[in-house]
Amino acid sequence: MLSAQSLAKIDREVAKYPADQKRSAVMAALRIALTERRELGQTPDARCLNADVIEFVANYLGIAPVAAYEVATFYNMYDMKPVGQYKITVCTNLPCALSGGVSAAKYISEKLGIAIGETSADGKYTLLEGECMGACGDAPVLLVNNHHMCSHMSPEAIDKKLAELK
Amino acid sequence: MAIFKSGVIFEGVDTQDANAWRLAAYEARGGYAALKKILQGAMPQDEVIAEVKNSGLRGRGGAGFPTGLKWSFMPRAFQGDKYVVCNTDEGEPGTFKDRDILRFNPHALIEGMIIGGYAMGCRAGYNYIHGEIFEAYEQFEEAIEEARAAGFLGNNILGSGFNFELYAAHGYGAYICGEETALLESLEGKKGQPRFKPPFPASFGLYGKPTTINNTESFASVPFIIRDGAQKFLEAGKPNNGGTKLFSVSGHVNRPGNYEIPLGTPFSELLEMAGGMRDGKKLKAVIPGGSSAPVLPGDVMMGLTMDYDSISKAGSMLGSGAVIVMNEDVCMVRALERLAYFYHEESCGQCTPCREGTGWLYKVIHRIANGQGRPGDLELLDSVGNNMAGRTICALADAAVFPVRSFTKHFRNEFEYLIEHGKPLVNHKWC
Ligand SMILES: Cc1cc2nc3c(=O)[nH]c(=O)nc-3n(C[C@H](O)[C@H](O)[C@H](O)COP(=O)(O)O)c2cc1C
Ligand code: SF4
Ligand code: FES
Repeated sequence: MLSAQSLAKIDREVAKYPADQKRSAVMAALRIALTERRELGQTPDARCLNADVIEFVANYLGIAPVAAYEVATFYNMYDMKPVGQYKITVCTNLPCALSGGVSAAKYISEKLGIAIGETSADGKYTLLEGECMGACGDAPVLLVNNHHMCSHMSPEAIDKKLAELK
Repeated sequence: MAIFKSGVIFEGVDTQDANAWRLAAYEARGGYAALKKILQGAMPQDEVIAEVKNSGLRGRGGAGFPTGLKWSFMPRAFQGDKYVVCNTDEGEPGTFKDRDILRFNPHALIEGMIIGGYAMGCRAGYNYIHGEIFEAYEQFEEAIEEARAAGFLGNNILGSGFNFELYAAHGYGAYICGEETALLESLEGKKGQPRFKPPFPASFGLYGKPTTINNTESFASVPFIIRDGAQKFLEAGKPNNGGTKLFSVSGHVNRPGNYEIPLGTPFSELLEMAGGMRDGKKLKAVIPGGSSAPVLPGDVMMGLTMDYDSISKAGSMLGSGAVIVMNEDVCMVRALERLAYFYHEESCGQCTPCREGTGWLYKVIHRIANGQGRPGDLELLDSVGNNMAGRTICALADAAVFPVRSFTKHFRNEFEYLIEHGKPLVNHKWC
């Protein structure tokens, strides 16, 4: 269900913890599984986690599926719902809102023609609001696909970024 | 780049240099000299802890607890694994200093953790990093590899017989994992729900073993203390407030960013360093220590110095050192609405007063902000808050109540006006 590369990455995570504490690697293992699905998935529902993948990860680590499922649903960066090829999460918490965070979210929403929380009809983009990303000095900030942070996102910078995300 | 002034941690760090974070650059700045001093000169564990105590270093994660004292709580005689854990789950709105430590000076943290591991007799350490700064996590893993290759990690470090391993772990979108016992749960691969205390982590921590948790900036200050001496660190700040401190300045200033300045520096000077107020507007309010700290009116702030004692005397907290600056155009009801939403969203749901209370706070503030406030709503906020504060497993509930109490106290007229007239006193627009 996961590629040999992903499994090797999970093995590296498992090695960080005592032999009887493989469960500790579940956070990273789910992230690795999600990343693979995002990269290979052709449709929004093929890009998110689902019960089968979570169960696979749990079995691989030798923990109960429900334990992995609890983790996947507790932490909000694990996509449990269909998601576009590019998931854009804009920080709109207070410090960012004072420096353009809310306007940036609005600008992207208008430009893509989707409301916050929606995925575009062609399955390309999902737009979300996020909480503080620990980068408020660089506001407006947004994350692309969880791992790539973009800073100082003025309208011009947003235009440029969206042009890259084709 | 986001660092504008340096003290203990960023001294000599050139943020324009893409390799400033690497081992070679760190060693050229005097890095790992403290570890060598300890291991090769065989500075005993007690002496290291005493030095940290004497430095006056107080925890930089929010509570300001003396670091050396915390280290001395670790059971000395315990046979078995002990752990040292770093908290880089920086998610307190307004705080962005630990990310810059990882980006520009990760080896200071690594060295500080190794020294802590040595002083407390730990076998291994973990650094738990906020999921949103995944790029910094990946770079930190590389920095760990550099340290391992150079013989600063692993078995028999520098021929001293001391063994220590260090690993990076990451969160994935849960503010509550910044609370130290939720962080431990998460490191164990569970939902990040805080534990009942006692027992405290020093006796029952990671995997039930004795564990010490410190903030990134706390650990990263330790190499300086050992290398240059506790006295020098203490003198860099003021009595009972040792050292320089990183302040993350955000909001309506010309130059938002991190400023590492002596504790005790007047706020007015910090504001000036940050380029003053953007567009020459008037200062209205400041949250001096991250979103959980009570807000203070601008004119009060202008009379304060940036240290634990001064800010707490004025009724707020230095917290994480996140300074959120707001100008005269901010509607304080709208501002509070953002924060109330955050705490509601991030409550882990374990305790009824917090789970329900944060929902109520948001709901009531939201309706006031939208002109649908009802007479009695301010009293309702008070009573909801009183039923939350101090009645829960962790301090998130208090953190949610502090902003509500302070905003409605210092800017009461704006709330009353909105409730009475259905429209705001300050015509607010997010820029
Ligand atoms: C809701 C909540 C969130 C917290 N978030 C953080 C955080 O992001 N970073 C941090 O270092 N400490 C955070 N803390 C404080 C930690 O529980 C802990 O006190 C701290 O990491 C200890 O390190 P220090 O003594 O070096 O400050 C948080 C506490 C609470 C209650
Ligand atoms: S106070 Fe809130 S966040 Fe803390 S344990 Fe209770 S429900 Fe969870
Ligand atoms: S408030 Fe947006 S990154 Fe902190």
